[in-house]
Formats: sequence, C-alpha cells, structure tokens
Amino acid sequence: MEMFDLLPPELIRIVISAVIIVAFVFLNSMVLGYAERKLAGFFQLRPGPMEVGPFGLLQLMIDGIKLIAKQLIIPNDSGKWLFRAAPLIAFMPVVMSFIVIPFSEKLQVRDLDVGLIFLLGIMALHVISTLLAGWVSNNKYALFGAIRAVAQNIAYEIPMLLSLLSVVFISNTLSMQGIVKAQGALWNVFVQPLAFIIYFVAGLAETNRAPFDLPEAESELTAGFHTEYSGMGFSLFVLGEYTNMFFVCSIATVVFLGGWSGPPLPFYAYSGIIWFFLKVYGLLFVMIWVRWTYPRTRFDQLLNFCWMYLIPFSLVNLLLTAVGVKLFK
Amino acid sequence: MKEYFGLLFTGAKSLLIGLGVTFRAMITPAVTVNYPREKIAISPQFRGHTDLVKDAVSGTHRCISCLMCEKDCPCGCISIASETREGVKGKVLTGYRLDFTKCSLCGICVEVCPTAALEYSQEYELAGRTREQFHYDLLKRLEARG
Repeated sequence: MEMFDLLPPELIRIVISAVIIVAFVFLNSMVLGYAERKLAGFFQLRPGPMEVGPFGLLQLMIDGIKLIAKQLIIPNDSGKWLFRAAPLIAFMPVVMSFIVIPFSEKLQVRDLDVGLIFLLGIMALHVISTLLAGWVSNNKYALFGAIRAVAQNIAYEIPMLLSLLSVVFISNTLSMQGIVKAQGALWNVFVQPLAFIIYFVAGLAETNRAPFDLPEAESELTAGFHTEYSGMGFSLFVLGEYTNMFFVCSIATVVFLGGWSGPPLPFYAYSGIIWFFLKVYGLLFVMIWVRWTYPRTRFDQLLNFCWMYLIPFSLVNLLLTAVGVKLFK
Repeated sequence: MKEYFGLLFTGAKSLLIGLGVTFRAMITPAVTVNYPREKIAISPQFRGHTDLVKDAVSGTHRCISCLMCEKDCPCGCISIASETREGVKGKVLTGYRLDFTKCSLCGICVEVCPTAALEYSQEYELAGRTREQFHYDLLKRLEARG
C-alpha cells in the first residue's frame, strides 16, 4: 500500500479510467452487436440468435472468441505495416473520445474547455483509417469503397458541425459538461429540433450506417474497404464502428437531450449515468431501427441529399439561431 | 422551388410510414418454431410410411397374405413372405418387407387391402446414413410396438 503514496493520485485516476473505458468499449460492442442482431430478427419477423446461451445472450462473446482464433491473412502485395496499422487507426481515436464525455455530474475523465472540438477532430480521424484500409488492400473494390467513404464522410461533416454550432451559440461554451449544465430542464431538442434531426442524419452518415452504408455495402462491394481483413483486423473495424455509433449518439444526448439530467435519483452526482445510458441506448435503438427499415441510397443521391438539403437547412438554422440569440439575450 | 419542398415533405412522410411498418413488425410475435427444441403438432392426415395395424380384438396384425398390395404397388417396393402351418387356416405372415427408398407414398396398398391391415405412420424425422436403414420389416416393427 505504500506504493500508492509514491504514485500521484492523478496517475492512478488516469490508469483506472483507461481500464474502465477499454472494458466498457468491448462490453458496449457486445451489447450493441447482440441488440442489432436480435432487433434485426424482430424487424424481420424472426427470433434472431437463440442457440448460444439463453435467448442467444452469449452469441457475441463466442463470436469474439472465434474472431480471435482466426488466421490473419495478409495479401502479398499490400504494404506490410500499413495493413496492420489501419484497423488500429480505426479503433484507437474512438476510444480516446470517451475522455470528454460526461457520463454523470462527477463521472468524466477530463472536462476539456474545447471538448466539442476535440470530439469533432476525432471523428475526422476515422476517415483516414477507412482510406488507408481501402488503399493498402491492393484490391480495386476495397479502393472504391474507401473512396466513396471519404467523399461521404467529408461531405456529412459540414451539416454535423453547423448543427452543433447552433447549440454552441445558445449555451455559450464548448465544454461538454458546460453544455449539459446550460440546458437545465429545457433540453436543446425543444429549442433546436431541426438541428437535432440534421445532426442525427449526419451522424448516421458519419458512422457509415445504413441507409448510408455504401462503403461497406455488403451486396455490392463484397464488404467494401474491409474486404481483405480477417479475424482480429476485421473485428477491430467492427468494434470501431459500434463504438463510433455509441459516441455519435452520446454527443447527441449530451448536446440535445440534456446528457445525464433527468428526474432525480439517490446519489444523483453519480447516478445520472443511468439517465445518460437510457437516452443513449434509446438513440441507438433508433439507429438500428432506421438501418433495418430503409434501402441503401445511391451514391449521387447520398451526396445530393447532403448538399441540397442538409447544408442549406443547417445554414438557415444557424442564421436564425444567431439572430435569435442577439435579439433575446 | 415547389418541387424542392414537395419532395422533402413526401419523402419525410414516406420515411415515417416506413418506420411505422417495421415497428409494427417488431411487436408482432414471430411464428418461428425453434425446431429441435420445440416441435409442431402433426396432423392425423399426415402420410408417413405404412405400418401394420394392431387389431384391438386379436392383438396382432390383420394381414392374410393375399399379396394384393405387393401386386398393385407401382414401385415394386413391397415383398411379403408367408407360409402355411398345420392347424391354422389360410397363410401366416412371416415377413413384410417395405423398401422405403422406392416407395412413392401413393397409398394404393392401403386402399386395396381387403382387411384394412395397413395404415400410415406419423414418422417424419427420417434421416439416415445407409440405404439399409430404410428397408423396413413391418412385422418386426409391429412386434416391437408390443
């Protein structure tokens, strides 16, 4: 126990948070993967996984073990180190994003003053990993998938940024905890409903989820940019995607739905996390619901939708917000 | 300009209708039967392979070895062995071999039997590794049934 006196408390705090975050990322992917497959079954009038464990609860765990045990096949003509690096670049930044998310009033790893911009920067890093994976696979279909992904992600970052900016005008702060506290009881979804819808649609496109999942179009490009990856490489991409989904929904919750605020519970400074998770998983349910309802958009329809509809509406929203803030503050 | 907003509104409305359809599909219970663990009840009209009927009065089969089923079978899958014994009137059945790999389940044997000695069984879980598994001896099956 004397060891703990030698180490600064900050270091212990950082190590503990890192362990909890990584454990949470894997647990979240398991829960989300299971929810996706079960809900996909229910939407298609079938039961979903039922064999492994009661009601198929252990299915994802066994899938993880299977993926770890598979052989990592590396194509001969691809870049050796880049091939191994691409899944890591997909996975790590998203894990870093958990640093600034306020799970509750006192449960946040670090409340950066520019938390929102930090998160948007991380989202931009995701594009690099997609392009790298597509290029380094030495496979023209993977490259097509990667090129489409880059165009899609870059296009949809703009309405995302503009809708979040409208909220920043109102709350006057970029720190995530500050945005939650500035909302109080009146959540931003009632003040800025258009921004919420635009942000959610742009978030769907950023995480390459249907109906915008052209980069990984299963029936068109034989798995798109991650065609050549097997075993753990592929599972890192999948983990990155599910964590990205959680991360986009948690930004939506913090910025629009009041984060961890809700009817008071005992130990409210810590138990706000329950409301947070309820809201985030509600939004994740909507994401899964949307995936299994709509057909995939064609690539020109996708970009058209962004440039002709989302960007003008978010610009108008921003303008009206600026005018409103000037008049009523 | 009008088309721009018109498209937006009809598009948004159709998207919401679509969400409603899938939501309704989610709450309808699935009719999937978890097959090896749950089974569907078989209708009594189901035609499995033939079996000898166990007569309630005599406690054994009703076959008189007239060989009508063997002669009328269009697939030639029935072969009957019988003998005459002293003190017993008519023939005694000693073996009723049904080659189920050739049977077409037409039902002529059941229809044509003068003593109604054949009936359809309800067996549908028939998977085997050898062809000989489906060369049934219906007399032995009747004796095994007790």
